[in-house]
Amino acid sequence: MSSVGTTPVVATAMGAATGDAMASATRITPGNALRPEDIAGKVAAGSVVVPQDVASYALRLGDDALILAQRLGWWVSRAPELEEDIALSNIALDLLGHARSFLSYAGGAWGKTEDDLAYFRGEDEFCSAHLVEQPNGDFARTIARQLVVSTFQHLLYNRLVDSQDATLAAISAKALKEVDYHQDHAYQWVLRLALGTQESRRRMVNGLDLTWPYIAELFDDDELIDRLEGIAVRPSSLRVAYDCRITQILAEAELDVQEVPRAAGGGRSGRHSEYLGHILAEMQVLAREHPGATW
Amino acid sequence: MNTEDTQTGSGGAHWPLWEIFVRSARGLSHVHAGSLHAPDADMALRNARDLYTRRNEGVSLWVVPASAIIASDPDAKGEFFESPQGKDYRHATYYTKSEGVKHL
Repeated sequence: MSSVGTTPVVATAMGAATGDAMASATRITPGNALRPEDIAGKVAAGSVVVPQDVASYALRLGDDALILAQRLGWWVSRAPELEEDIALSNIALDLLGHARSFLSYAGGAWGKTEDDLAYFRGEDEFCSAHLVEQPNGDFARTIARQLVVSTFQHLLYNRLVDSQDATLAAISAKALKEVDYHQDHAYQWVLRLALGTQESRRRMVNGLDLTWPYIAELFDDDELIDRLEGIAVRPSSLRVAYDCRITQILAEAELDVQEVPRAAGGGRSGRHSEYLGHILAEMQVLAREHPGATW
Repeated sequence: MNTEDTQTGSGGAHWPLWEIFVRSARGLSHVHAGSLHAPDADMALRNARDLYTRRNEGVSLWVVPASAIIASDPDAKGEFFESPQGKDYRHATYYTKSEGVKHL
């Protein structure tokens, strides 16, 4: 239970639900970490009350993770090597897990399940940042986006583990270790692509150039953040540490940080680029075609 | 999407092969789990983590360049491994317990 050790309230309540995982006699076990099902169970049982603002905040975090997971899933069977295929899909599945936890929790405020929120919301109801809906492009562009998102999420979750909201803190504690690996994965590839061949370097520079305009939106504060003092992490407060970390990595890769005008943004209030509609169409079609179907 | 731009295939030059050893729990030996391709040792370790420990299989990993493993010749199996066959005196069960020996 180390991942929820910092939040005793959640740890005791959720311990019962994960007990069977501990009982397995085989050496290969799913472990005993916080699962989205545990959160959904508590929300459904009414043992945890989710304030509207906290739900809206959880929805942002969940939507970022969900849309990026959907984007990364495209790489399955398409990555440069089989091993990288697995690496990227592992990362996508980690993110999907974070999304499920955040959406399960957020749904508690509106009597909705994670599936209601993932499959039956319209484009303007998603509050993900524009960065995560950007096209995968080539492998280097995907890595550039991964570098930015994983660095941002790592700094964010590292602070969110101290949130006054025990569930947000518990989800972050579980996500933090996984995002730490995502960050390392991106870092390793930035170095190899940037310092590899002339072609790989060209692609890395190009990938970063396409990514720069979408970074600023991640650090925008708004009224929701103002109202959640002590519960949410103020995005703007992460910017200095973010710049420091990225500058360090890029210096090692002999690359420069580009100062470019920011893209319009607006994702947090449901204004999206043309890409999100296509992502949602693909992600939601099956659930909408056969509502309530299970498999 | 421009398909040409997404073609990041590895071309003719393939990544080298690595052999992966996983230790499933403290106190047990590392056991050969399989092999994978990776551009270098650092990435091999990470790929091994993704491929061979994603269901909680391990607490420690070794990666070894496949080229660093000196293997016995499969065609020389007879000379190499058949000699001990029939030499049952090399097994403790071959010997009968002497009368009156305690604690055996």
